[in-house]
Amino acid sequence: MERVDIHPTHQHGQFKLRVGRPLPFGATLVPGGVNFSIFSSVATGCILVLFERHALQPMAEIPFPDEFRIGNVFAMIVFGLDYENIEYGYRIDGPYDPPAGHWCNPSQIVMDPYAKVIGGRDVWGKTPNWDDPYPHRARLAFDDFDWENDRPLEIPPEDQIIYEMHVRSFTRHPSAGVKHPGTFAGIIEKIPYLKELGITSIELMPIYEFDEFENSRPSPVTGETLYNYWGYSTVGFFAPKAGYAATGKFGMQVDEVKNLIKQLHKHGIEVILDVVFNHTAEGNEKGPVISFRGIDNKTYYMLTPEGYYFNFSGCGNTLNCNNPIVRNIVLDCLRYWAAEYHIDGFRFDLASILGRDPWGAPLANPPLLESLAFDPILAHCKLIAEAWDAGGLYQVGTFPAFGRWAEWNGKYRDTVRRFLKGDGGMVGDMAQRLQGSPDLYARAGRGPATSINFITAHDGFTLYDLVSYNVKHNEANGENNNDGSNDNESWNCGVEGETDDPGIIALRQRQMRNAIAMLLVSQGVPMILMGDEVGRTQYGNNNTYCHDNELNWLDWNLLQKNADLFQFVKHCIAFRRAHPVLRHREHFRNHDYMGSGYPDISWHGTQAWHADWSASSRTLAFMLCGKHAKNGSTPDDFIYVAMNMYWEALWFELPRLPVGLQWHVFANTGVAAPGDSCKPGQEPPLADQKGLLLGDRSVTILIGR
Amino acid sequence: MAFSTTITTAGDTATITLSGELDASSAPQFKAEVEQAASQGAKKLVLMMQDLEYMASAGLRVLIFAKQKMGADTDIYLVGTQELVKETIEKTGFDQSVYMVDTYDD
Repeated sequence: MERVDIHPTHQHGQFKLRVGRPLPFGATLVPGGVNFSIFSSVATGCILVLFERHALQPMAEIPFPDEFRIGNVFAMIVFGLDYENIEYGYRIDGPYDPPAGHWCNPSQIVMDPYAKVIGGRDVWGKTPNWDDPYPHRARLAFDDFDWENDRPLEIPPEDQIIYEMHVRSFTRHPSAGVKHPGTFAGIIEKIPYLKELGITSIELMPIYEFDEFENSRPSPVTGETLYNYWGYSTVGFFAPKAGYAATGKFGMQVDEVKNLIKQLHKHGIEVILDVVFNHTAEGNEKGPVISFRGIDNKTYYMLTPEGYYFNFSGCGNTLNCNNPIVRNIVLDCLRYWAAEYHIDGFRFDLASILGRDPWGAPLANPPLLESLAFDPILAHCKLIAEAWDAGGLYQVGTFPAFGRWAEWNGKYRDTVRRFLKGDGGMVGDMAQRLQGSPDLYARAGRGPATSINFITAHDGFTLYDLVSYNVKHNEANGENNNDGSNDNESWNCGVEGETDDPGIIALRQRQMRNAIAMLLVSQGVPMILMGDEVGRTQYGNNNTYCHDNELNWLDWNLLQKNADLFQFVKHCIAFRRAHPVLRHREHFRNHDYMGSGYPDISWHGTQAWHADWSASSRTLAFMLCGKHAKNGSTPDDFIYVAMNMYWEALWFELPRLPVGLQWHVFANTGVAAPGDSCKPGQEPPLADQKGLLLGDRSVTILIGR
Repeated sequence: MAFSTTITTAGDTATITLSGELDASSAPQFKAEVEQAASQGAKKLVLMMQDLEYMASAGLRVLIFAKQKMGADTDIYLVGTQELVKETIEKTGFDQSVYMVDTYDD
């Protein structure tokens, strides 16, 4: 029997039409045609605008007949479209009254907020046609990708090791030696590198379509173009960035991204997306009308009583995330990426904004965060909050988690940085950070993996710069060095910036290793910034958001230059992966619940069993009893970690092991490479089982077996 | 160059020769050939690609259609694919679903 519901009932010019289905929103392929559905609570009329791909002027404009509107949704099926070759937008008729919050203007063509593919910025850095009446063009996507039984990996959260990276920066440098530099396809060629390093998950800085030409300008320093390079400014939440795809010029970015994810999954590597729902690329009232503003400004944005934009994001506008309509688009978006792209998790930029009510006040029980936590499709996705916003809300330790949310632990970063540079008064705090910050999370019943531990991230200094600069050097950004954080807790080891002094170079190398060692023996989830494993520098720039150049690109020559640092990082990662006692699912109890004769964790100092908790102390050691690993379910070795951040060498007395076991040395940053670490499993025995001399500012990791 | 295809069938092998540019306007013609091959119960699809100069998204969609229409147990061979077309197929991952070969002999 032939279906009746695929027959047109209406006609507009050459186009045959039928009343559409209001859900799902967006443009969906249906038998014989395309279903277009768009919501606006203020529109009095709506016109579908169709273009042939790349054509400047529309090929057709089809008004929605009145009877095609259900509630506040315009829905229409258009039959017989050449769906490979069309681009579409809308004209929204309705009130234009900015002080009252309304920006409808039918002379503008606006983009579908649910656009799955967006054309207009197809090739990275290609100057746009500024006369294009519709610069960001919605296109249709297909869901026929051959996933070959792939599904998200669902790695247990405590077992993750995250690598934060930028799609373009990772392979754009000529030294990357890939066929398609700076693209999703380029990452595929570097999978062997990621495997060798040993990380379990990559976290991609924003890949939703953004406009690299937003606020683009010539650099006052070099004259080269400064871009919106990082892309924390979304144009469309459902579309991958075309300019990051080698196939973007053919409009095949969807397939390229899916292929990347499939290949990574095949090699056991998860993909986490850094998503930006706190604001959009439309900016404040001076910004462009792209989509939301022209469709339903008052619904999508938080507005002051005078009709201006609240700016809790520091980027001009704030998405009205706890409006039920906006909540749904966020939910739809994440479900789409989880289901259609097999994404393993999401990191939410300035997530505290997602917990504000439509007037900006923090909510006790934010419905959006709750919906995400309990969503059936997102049930096994990692949800990671950047638990603060630019409006002053700081929720590290108090982010409304609903048992699901993890947090970027800003306190971890600050504590470890201060301890690392030798500040006094940090030992007590440091003990908390090493345990997965139970002081922040245990009371609420949140486990160690709640804490995403990081010392460096894209925001701020790289690890090399953290030990090479006392202050930021952001002149290249053209903002008189006023941008970027001043609160870096960094130390240059004696000279600001590059130096030939071998003593300082050696100290910096040691400090980087100290940081990596602390990060990888901490309970929680370690996150490594792209390039830190090879000593990448941004020459003291701690806010490189606008640079499409060597300030951001990973220089693969560093892999040879700093081969021994890479080896150290690789060993530390492998060590963590080899030892479940470093990856507890629950917080330590600080007593012996396995009858092993040792508590799960014990604290030491220069004297065994006596940590020095005084304010002047710069030393700390701890021992983990492997019998307690993962609550005793996965027996492991003993691990002892001693940290001497004092400026002189100190003798550390060792706790005694059970009869028959011996201490072996996995790592000692006080020893020159390659003796600073060894391959896990091949640790040589320690000569003196009673103690060891720890050089100034160094870390030693022992294993008892 | 204008797009053209020819199809020949021998036993359970269907061979389609493509030339010119496979884009949105020519894809339906290619798709019809694939459907014909499928309806004749072909178990092996050989696509002679030496003279295919360009392939747009629509072309890739037909390849995916062919794979899914003819079933997982049907082997698809892409023969002598030109560099530009080959790159597109590789970057989008379709190369893992087919055999890409320089020449094809029965």
